[in-house]
Formats: sequence, C-alpha cells, structure tokens
Amino acid sequence: MSGEAQTVNPVAPPTGKPTRAGIRLPGVGESLNKGLVVTYLGLIVLLPLAAIATKAFEDGFGGFWDAVSSPQAFAALKLTVIASLIVVVINAIMGTLIAWVLVRDEFRGKGFVNSVIDLPFALPTIVASLTLLVVYGKDSPVGINIAFTQTAVVVALLFVTLPFVVRAVQPLLLSLDRDMESAAESLGAGKVRIFWRIIFPNLAPGIATGVALAFARALGEFGSLVLISGNVPFKTEVSSVFIRGQIESDNLVGASAVSVVLLATSLLLLACVTLAQRWGLRHDR
Amino acid sequence: MKSNSKKNRLNRFKVQGLLVFALVAFAAIIAGCGSSSDSDSGSKIALVAYSTPQTAYEDGIEPGFQGTDEGDGIDFSNSFGASGDQSRAVEAGQKADYVNFALETDVTRLVDAGKVADTWRDNKYKGIVTNSVVSLVVRPGNPEGIESFQDLIDKDVEVVTPNPFTSGGARWNIMAIYGAAINEGASPKEALDSVKAVLAKTPAQPESARVALQAFVGGAGDVLISYENEAIAAQTAGEDVEYVIPDDTILIEQPAAVTIDAAQSAQDFLDYNWTDAGQQIWQEQGYRSVNPALLDKEKFPVPSGLFTIEDFGGWDKVATDFFDEENGSIAKINQELGVEAE
Repeated sequence: MSGEAQTVNPVAPPTGKPTRAGIRLPGVGESLNKGLVVTYLGLIVLLPLAAIATKAFEDGFGGFWDAVSSPQAFAALKLTVIASLIVVVINAIMGTLIAWVLVRDEFRGKGFVNSVIDLPFALPTIVASLTLLVVYGKDSPVGINIAFTQTAVVVALLFVTLPFVVRAVQPLLLSLDRDMESAAESLGAGKVRIFWRIIFPNLAPGIATGVALAFARALGEFGSLVLISGNVPFKTEVSSVFIRGQIESDNLVGASAVSVVLLATSLLLLACVTLAQRWGLRHDR
Repeated sequence: MKSNSKKNRLNRFKVQGLLVFALVAFAAIIAGCGSSSDSDSGSKIALVAYSTPQTAYEDGIEPGFQGTDEGDGIDFSNSFGASGDQSRAVEAGQKADYVNFALETDVTRLVDAGKVADTWRDNKYKGIVTNSVVSLVVRPGNPEGIESFQDLIDKDVEVVTPNPFTSGGARWNIMAIYGAAINEGASPKEALDSVKAVLAKTPAQPESARVALQAFVGGAGDVLISYENEAIAAQTAGEDVEYVIPDDTILIEQPAAVTIDAAQSAQDFLDYNWTDAGQQIWQEQGYRSVNPALLDKEKFPVPSGLFTIEDFGGWDKVATDFFDEENGSIAKINQELGVEAE
C-alpha cells in the first residue's frame, strides 16, 4: 500500500542514506494523487486554520495585539506555555523511562501496564478532570490536595499527554540493534557512555516527536482542566478556558487571536525539534 | 518500468478510482451534513435549550403538551447544551423552532441575527417561562451557618461560583451579590467591593454551572452559588447538599421564544408552557412559576428582599456595564485581583 517505513514513519530511526525510494502509489498521475491529497488536507486542516488566522487579524494587527496583550490573556498564555514546557520535559524523561521498562524489562502484569498507557486517550477529558479532582482534591484518598492550583494544571496535562513519548519511543527501542550495545561494551564503554553515545541518539527522534505532539496537545487542552484547574483569572486560568470566555462574550476576534498565538507557539516548537534533529543527525555522522 | 506498463496502468486506474471515490464520498458527507433536516411539516418541533431543563422537557413539558389537542401527534427533536453555545449555534444556522435560554441576552443575540422576532417579549409574561432565585448551596447541616451573601464575606469560607465570563448563567450569581449589597444600603462602588470580596474567596471559578456543581460535590469549597432549580436538581439526583435562600437575592428569569420561521405548533408549545398545567410541571421540576397565582409558596418561599435585573437597568445595560470583557466592572475586578495575586 504505502511506502516503506522509513519514508512514511516520522519516528523511524535514522538509518543513513536511503539506498532506494520506497514503492510509490502508481499513477498517471502522480500529480492527480498529489492534488487529491492537497485538496483533502486543504479542506480538513488548512481552510479552518486559515479562517482562524483571518479572523484573528480582522481588526488589523492592532486589534490582534490588543487581544493577546491584555493582562488576562497574557497571564493565561504564560501559564499555558510554562505548564506545557514543564509537562514535556517530564514527559521526555518519564516517557522514555516507561518505554524502556516496557521493552527491556520482564515483569508480571507488563501487558496490563502496556495497555493502560493509552487509556488517557480513550477517556473523555471531562471524566479525566473529575477523576483527578476526586483523587487529588480536598477529600483525596491518598492525602494529596492540589486541586485548583497551577500544579493541578501540570498534573492534568501530564495525564492526557502520557502516551505520546512512550508510544513514539517504544518502537525505536524494540528495533534497536542490541549488538551495537554489546560491541560498545566489549570495547570498554561504560553504561552511561553507551546510553548517551549509542542508545540516546537512536531514541532522540522518537522523544522529539513525542515531545512535539505532547506540547501541541497541552497548549490546546481544555476538557481535562476545566474541573481541576479552578479557572481563576490570573491564577489558574489557561488559554483554552480564556478563549472559552472570549467566545461566550462574542469576541471571536480575541478568541482567534489567542488561538493563533497558541498555534504559532506550537509551530515554533515543532521547528525547533526539527532543527535539533537535523543538527543531531549531522553530528552523529 | 516500461516493460510492464500495461499492468501498471491498470493499477493506476484502480488506485485513482479509489482516491477519487474517497474524495467524492468525503465531499458528500460534508454537503450532507450541511443540508440535512430542512423538511418542515410542523409536526416536529426543533427544541434548542440550555442544559438544566433537559429532564423537565423530556419527562414533563413535552409529554404534557402531546397530551393536549394542539400537541397531539407533535414530535420533538431536542438539543441541550450551555446556554451561550446553544444560542450561537442557532445564530449560525442550527435548526430551531423553539428556544429556551438561561439568560435574556442569548435571545437578544437571535433577535439581532433576525432569527427571533423583536416582539418576542410582547406577551403576558414578557417571554419568561420559568423563574428561579440565586441560592447558596452548602454542606449538610450548613456547618458554617451561611444565611446571606454578606456571610460569604464575613465568614472564613471558600466560595465556588462559575466563571461569569465562560458561563453566561453565572452572571445572575454576580448580580445577586451586587444587588444584595445594594439592598443593605451599599453604594454601587461598595457593592462592587462586595463582589470583589467574594470573588477573592473563590478557589475555583468553574467553566459552567454543571462543572461548578461537580466541583462542589467533589469537595471543593464550603459554599456554592447556584440557581435554586440547580440545587433542587442536585438533591433530586441524590447529592448530599442543602441550599439556603438568602433574604436578599435576585429573581432569575429564564426566557423562551419561537423563531421567525417556526410553524404554529412551536407557538402552541410555547403557549402551553404558560398554561396552569405547564407551570405546574415546571414547579414539580424545581422551577418557580411565573404566574404569581400558581406559585407554590411552601416549596418556594419568596425572599423578603427579592430584586430583579430590571432594578439595574435590564440585561442589555448590565451586560455592558458589568460584563464587557474589557471595560466591564467585573473584568476590572478580575484584573485587580490578578494584580494583587502577583
């Protein structure tokens, strides 16, 4: 059907120069196929995004700037971006660790743990929020009360973004050639050195992909936050809830403007990740 | 490549056919979604309402109407959700014959959009089908002894109220605090200080009334500011809460209207709401009757200092003066609180 793994799978390990292109969709038309793909993407993604951007600048750049630089919008954006950054750093470390344990270690209930990883995806986000409130609220059965704090924002985001890094790193670890590690070991490399020189470079693309996806998701997250975050302006109000308020106030320009900032931030991180990956690849060769 | 071009070409057509088919199907789905449900014979009423009265409609008002001569054989398609969202959906084209919102401004939006006649208030009850009051929901036994909005300020309690900018309905709560202070002799400025003092004691301002109730039941805060009908609904649903109706509080008025294109059956349905039978059903569901003669004063004691939104100039004025997201008094209070928190 589609091309080889290395041409379609963004998390595939860098395997050096591809020696041959994968099979292609046959077509008198390659151009027609491309046209169809572009049309589809246009309808599903580009058109809505363009509409948001247009709306955001409807009142000119001044209107856009007024909307995103109001103290409340700024406070919400700041909280959202900082919380999301904290979340992806934790995710990068813990996600890799979880993937590692799931691939390399054998223990009872491993299959169960493996399937639990994806549950945050399946759970309706409002249920996630309710559950977090019960578990980490005032009557917390485990004695941890973080409800309505900025910590709660981070915890809720950690919950919903858990699978991204784990699932991006797992296949890389599985396909990692253990002979390389043995070879390095026999040449006298220590464990730390093996990890940083052999394993990490192979996992980095997966971690990067996971981080980028998790960041994008965290920036826009709404449902899992509405109950546990508290929504108090300037304290625990995240951008998505602020945007909700703008919509309720029939200020679509303001809502779009803040959305555009979120999109741009997400794009910026994606660009950074891509650049870092390229830089990393160049250095490893 | 050239040697097996014939076979390849066959494949090409297959794949392309598939892709074209997929795209056509996709386009058809989109087009289909846009143009569905336009047939209108008047035998089906498209009802669009805010979320709280769902049970009241489905189990009470609709079957009641279907039992009348006018309602015989009339069917409903129901849509319930956050009041503002529902109003915006109708504004954007969602089919609606009959609308019922938590707030007058949600009907005004449809008047501005040309979906509801600007004469919608020209009837006996000025377009209002149900009343309620802003109440204080407390823990069983009212351990903090909360009786009034002033108690929220004087006592060491945490208050949960929905965020008035994400929940249009929560604006009633804010105006209740404000008006209660005015009733007790405060100046407008002092009354705003009261609102600020209460908002400063909110660990959470959930996004909607529903979410606020969930948060409160989940252990957040000592007091929840909520509509009386919401509190009754929560009790009916088995939640372990009590509610107090302060002496000074605001009368909540929930409007309903028919759209301009609606069939006569929708108007009949609206009128049914105001019949004695209709109002009794609403009372059973926890709402106050708009007909003073029918009001069950046992179940719904009338507070001595009850006031209405008209006392502050009506919703159009209040929406601008208080809830404009840039220059409204409440937006400013939020900013002041935010600065103090930094």
